[in-house]
Order: sequence, then structure tokens, then C-alpha cells
Amino acid sequence: MAFARRQQYLIDFTLSSLLRRKGRNLGLLLVYSLIVFMLSSVMLFTHALRKEAGIILRDAPQIVLQRIEVGRHALMPADYLEKIGRLRGVGEKKGRLWGYFYDPAVKANYTMMVADWRALAPTEVVLGAGIARTRGLGEGDYISFRSSRGEPRSFRVKGLLPAESELVSTDLVLMSEQAFRAIFGIAAGYYTDVTLSVRNPREIYKVAEKLSLALPDTRPILREEILRTYDNIFSWRQGIVFVLLAGAVLAFVIFAWDKASGLSAEEKREIGILKALGWETGDVLRMKYWEGAVVSLAAFFLGYLAAYLHVFYGSAGLFEPVLKGWAVLYPEFRLVPFLDGPQLATLFFFTVFPYMVATIIPIWRASITDPDAVMR
Amino acid sequence: MRQSNALGLFFLVAVTGLMLIMADAAYRRDRATDDLDRRGRLVAELGLTDLALFTEARYTRHLTQSDLHSALQDHPLALEHFPSGSLVPPPRGSLP
Repeated sequence: MAFARRQQYLIDFTLSSLLRRKGRNLGLLLVYSLIVFMLSSVMLFTHALRKEAGIILRDAPQIVLQRIEVGRHALMPADYLEKIGRLRGVGEKKGRLWGYFYDPAVKANYTMMVADWRALAPTEVVLGAGIARTRGLGEGDYISFRSSRGEPRSFRVKGLLPAESELVSTDLVLMSEQAFRAIFGIAAGYYTDVTLSVRNPREIYKVAEKLSLALPDTRPILREEILRTYDNIFSWRQGIVFVLLAGAVLAFVIFAWDKASGLSAEEKREIGILKALGWETGDVLRMKYWEGAVVSLAAFFLGYLAAYLHVFYGSAGLFEPVLKGWAVLYPEFRLVPFLDGPQLATLFFFTVFPYMVATIIPIWRASITDPDAVMR
Repeated sequence: MRQSNALGLFFLVAVTGLMLIMADAAYRRDRATDDLDRRGRLVAELGLTDLALFTEARYTRHLTQSDLHSALQDHPLALEHFPSGSLVPPPRGSLP
């Protein structure tokens, strides 16, 4: 009980001491909270995106086979499908037709795709929500695309893809095979690539190897590689975001170190007076420990809570201009909040502890010296 | 109110806030199961392979499907010039 009361008095004293230098300490708290906010936002955003990509893309094709010609992705002749079918272990196989279309009206790239199962007429399309928003189109409206021969072709918007799937479909234009071939001038018997499934999932690597041997001008892309790519891409340790943040964090470290290690004359005098009044070194250290703990814990909580609201309620609005780049179409999406315990612990450790340690050492140095010398 | 009590109250509110966001995250994850399933179904139906996050260039729109080194393919000394290329590192498998 006596211990708790003692700590309470120390905290009271610490808070009074902090409030005496209100402007400086509030400034520190603000900068500190901002750093935690930025770091947490990046971590929460990338973790949620990575998890979501992992869940959604679990249903991606097991193998996508591309044909490569002069080092570039080329069209796949339909007879390749027959050759693929002869390989043991290959299950369902399907030629896909998809491509990019640049719309000069809004300076955006669309992904055009054939969707057989939608049973679209040759004059109908289904649009992704991003395109509909950018072009101001709705169901029943008309949109025209210029074919490879320069002829404009008009399509009726049969429907829109659901807004909740924008993360994968914002720039999609679904159409019939006939319309797709007419727009891009692709002859019958050619596909963009082939997707295939493997009957026994443990044989995927074997089948990919057989494909590479049987069709040397092709490149198989496995679902596992797709998932791994997204897992790597949004790793928070990678990319320029981290480089930029590293600069900000380093600036803060220098700032905190300078503030904590270079005790001001006023602070030194305060320690001297306390010691002259009979405070023990341990008391001074405890008081300063509380000071560091109060500032860093408050900054951690404020920064983390604000980051959660920013990422999961504000759709990570601050990152949008960075992620958008020059793209016109950007999906409006709300990430599912996947929180990661170890990530939270790492963030806590790297943001709270260094500051507390940086505060304690110089204080210990000042508090073991003679009060008279410190006060002079 | 004593300052230490006010601080205690502040941290109590902060910890409650942290617990609330954990509960909110769990609740929103439960509610999002159907949405995630729907997105998964669309991916399966269309055979989609990528997220539509970076639509500015073909190799950033379909990161997993782009040619190896496609960012540098236009001419021998071409530098990556799309902003998202500086955010997204190339897949590890394609690095030399």
C-alpha cells in the first residue's frame, strides 16, 4: 500500500513537472504520436491487405500458362490446349481471353475480359464499379470502345460488378467472346493464356515441369507463386514506404535522444534541488521513469487508435494518393481488420522501450553526481 | 481530481479503446465472411490472378502475370517510371 502511494506521489510530481513545460512536452507527444500513427497505419494496412489477398486469391487458377515470344507474353494457339490435355495429371483446362484497353476519354486502362458464364450478348458488357464511377455510367447506359481497326463499337451496360468486390474488379469490362475478338482483332483459335487445374494438388510442380518440357515456349505461373508474390509485396519491411518511414523514424530517434540525453540546465537544477531536499537517486530515477512511461505510452495509445480509425474506417485515405500513382481507376474498398498480435507487440517494443531507456540513462548520470555540482 | 487519478483515467480509457478496437475487428471480420466469399467466388469464376490496386500500367495491374523485367523492357536503358513501381518491389523470383 505504501509502495503504491509512493508511486502515486511520484506520478503527481512527474505530471506537475511535465505540465510546467507544457508546450515542449505536448509538442513531443504530438510528434511521437504521429510517428506511431504512421508506423501503425503502414503495418495495419499492409497486414490486412496481405491477409485479404491471401484469402481472395486462394481461388485463383492453380496454373496459368503463358506463351512467350521474343521475350514477351504472346497469344496462345488453341492447339496448345490439346497438347496440354495429353499430359498426365492435368484436369480442367480453359483458354482465357483478356487484355488491356486504354480509354483516352478518361485516360484510364481497363482490363477487358471474356466471361462465358455470364451469357452476354455481343453488344452487352458488365462493368467494374471503378469504371462506372469514373465514366458516370449505370445499368442500361451505353459505352463505346474503339476497335483495333478504328471502328467505334457501342455496348449496352447490362450490369455492374458488385461494389464489395472492387479490390479485384474495379477496372474490369466483361464481354462476350465475339465482342472481345472483334475489338482486339484476335482470330478464332487464339487465347491470351490458358488456366488449368491439376487433379492431385501434390503434383502441381511435376505438372508445371512437364508443361515447360512439352511446351518450351511457355511459362507456367503457379497459384502458390501468386500468393507468395502478394505476401512479399506487402511486407512492411519492403518498398519505398519503409524507406521514407525509416527517415522519419530516424529523425524522431535523433530528436528523442537529443531531448532525453541532453538534459537542460533547468532539468539538471531540478534534480540537484530534489537531491538537496533529500530525494534518493532511486526516487529521481523512478520519477523520470514515470515521465518516460507516461509520454511513450500515451503516444503509443493515441497513435495506434488513430491508425486503426484511419485504416479501417477512413479507408487509409492518407495512403490513397501514394498507392494511386498516376492511375485514374482506384478501387474504393474497406479492408477487413485483420490484427496481428505479434505485430502489435513489435510495434509496442520498438516505440515505447527505446524512449524510456533514452530518458533513464542521462538522468541516472545526473542524479549520481553531487547536488551542489549539478546546481552550479 | 488528483493529476495521477486523471492520468489513470486516461490510460483506462485508452486500454478500453484498445479492447474495443479488438472487439470491433473481430466483429467486422465475422461480418465480412460473406463478402470475402463473394470476392473469392468472382476470382474463381473469372480466373482472376491479381488485386486491382495499381491500374496505371499492365505490369503493375497484373503483378503476377507480367513478363519478367517488363518494367525495363521498353528499351535497354529504360527506367521504371510509374510511381507504383517504386512502392512495389518486383517478385523475388524475378530478381537476378
